[in-house]
Amino acid sequence: MNWQAVRSIYVFEMARFFRTLLQSFVSPVISTSLYFVVFGAAIGSRINEVEGVSYGAFIVPGLIMLSVMTQAISNASFGIYFPKFIGTIYELLSAPVNFLEIVLGYVGAAATKAFFIGIVILGTSALFVDVSIQHPLAMLAFLVLTCLSFALFGFIIGIWAGNFEQLQLIPLLIVTPLVFLGGSFYSISMLPPVWQTISFFNPVVYLVSGFRWSFFGLADVPIGLSLLAITGFTAICLGIIWWIFKTGWRIRT
Amino acid sequence: MPVMVQIENVTKTYGDGFQALKGASLDIHEGEILALLGPNGAGKTTLISTICGITQASSGQIRVGGYDVVTEYRKTRSLIGLVPQEINLEPFERVLNTVKFSRGLFGKPRNDALLEQVLRQLSLWDKRNSRIMELSGGMKRRVLIAKALAHEPRVLFLDEPSAGVDVELRRDMWDIVAGLKQAGVTIILTTHYIEEAEAIADRVGVINKGEILLVEEKAALMTRLGQKELRIELQTPVEALPAALAGRGLALEQGGRVLVYTYDIKQERTGIATLIRDVTDAGLVLRDLQTKQNSLEDIFVGLVTEQEDAA
Repeated sequence: MNWQAVRSIYVFEMARFFRTLLQSFVSPVISTSLYFVVFGAAIGSRINEVEGVSYGAFIVPGLIMLSVMTQAISNASFGIYFPKFIGTIYELLSAPVNFLEIVLGYVGAAATKAFFIGIVILGTSALFVDVSIQHPLAMLAFLVLTCLSFALFGFIIGIWAGNFEQLQLIPLLIVTPLVFLGGSFYSISMLPPVWQTISFFNPVVYLVSGFRWSFFGLADVPIGLSLLAITGFTAICLGIIWWIFKTGWRIRT
Repeated sequence: MPVMVQIENVTKTYGDGFQALKGASLDIHEGEILALLGPNGAGKTTLISTICGITQASSGQIRVGGYDVVTEYRKTRSLIGLVPQEINLEPFERVLNTVKFSRGLFGKPRNDALLEQVLRQLSLWDKRNSRIMELSGGMKRRVLIAKALAHEPRVLFLDEPSAGVDVELRRDMWDIVAGLKQAGVTIILTTHYIEEAEAIADRVGVINKGEILLVEEKAALMTRLGQKELRIELQTPVEALPAALAGRGLALEQGGRVLVYTYDIKQERTGIATLIRDVTDAGLVLRDLQTKQNSLEDIFVGLVTEQEDAA
């Protein structure tokens, strides 16, 4: 393993994050505060409790997931797309590194950034509502796994994308709707039966549910299923990335 | 000298069917400077990209330092430094950071003293904390060279290093190349500036339409293919060649004022002495004599035209 290379890519990518520190941290803090004002105070005041948890607290795991998923995707996809766009990818392709090292560097950095943002949102939420975490270790594990798997997914998008529009296409048209409809702001049990059935085809439901379980012990689907979903998603992404590097698809001519 | 880069029958056909390399074979010796000459689209960059791992060859084999570039890519790539043709740099990054990144990417441990030396050598030390986007075009090219040298390569590829470069940088670059050669680094540069190949290369390869047409010692190439011109300036212009001088391939130029005689310098007898005697015997008065050797450019154009005529 070329650990030196992994470290170099990681440090280089993190430097980009720290260059835009204000945007990286202030933006999630502001958007989280806005969600609390709208959903917590304005709408939440009309919803008393969801399965014994105040609505304000109930949406915290969903809010974190929403930002973590979108940030992990956008950081990882941009991280690998930008070198392709400006041509610096030549260096990566001519360096003595294998796909695992490249992925560890880029995805590791993107996942770290998403993780920090998740923690910032958790901290911001604590200013508005009482957040208790019943299973802190499980919460951390779910958070880390979500950061990693969505960063892997973002990495694939970054390699696939041929222009900036395509870079935004999947997050905008697929991921954001799936996250919003994945029970981030409501419990699946609040939906009519037919929509409940449809929701179970949405992979995000399993992730949000598992994450929420680690906070309140409440889940829409069994925790084991959630764990299976996230590890399965990670494995699929890893498999696709392995194939990409093996065939040189969209990176080597 | 041992072979450092061995290219055997390499072909490359791109997805759109364009065949960029048609069975290229070439041995590059350790410590030499090889200039690869060829017009745009000849396959120079494809060949370099294939050696460096950016492009996959369709068939054939390439070895660097005795290792296969596909199966033992870690070993070969550690040996190679690449200065690409395009200025591909992250605009928001600082000079020192981007050079450090290159060293780390190639698995080399941190060495601040070496990076300082490289940056000083390229007159970049004062700019080490500048962002790339604040630098001029020439400075950016220096950064590309610094990045390639940061990981102490044993083989350095310079892809069109002189494109859009001022005289000062070109001279600096030639000095650096000379220094690297002294340190035993093998250097391959592609160029379509023939004077560059003439100035610094030990051997010259000519590539066109994906085929390596010729690889020769520069000096031998000049001797083998070089022709010289003897220009005889006359005191009084003549209207036509005197009959005694006919049949020698002489040409009359500048309104009959200059006689041009082309001869092969590799020939034992160039015929100059006889010619001058015959010119004098024919009653012509010599005013001045000049000889001019064919440049690499003439040779190069000759080879490429020959290939096109044969096709």
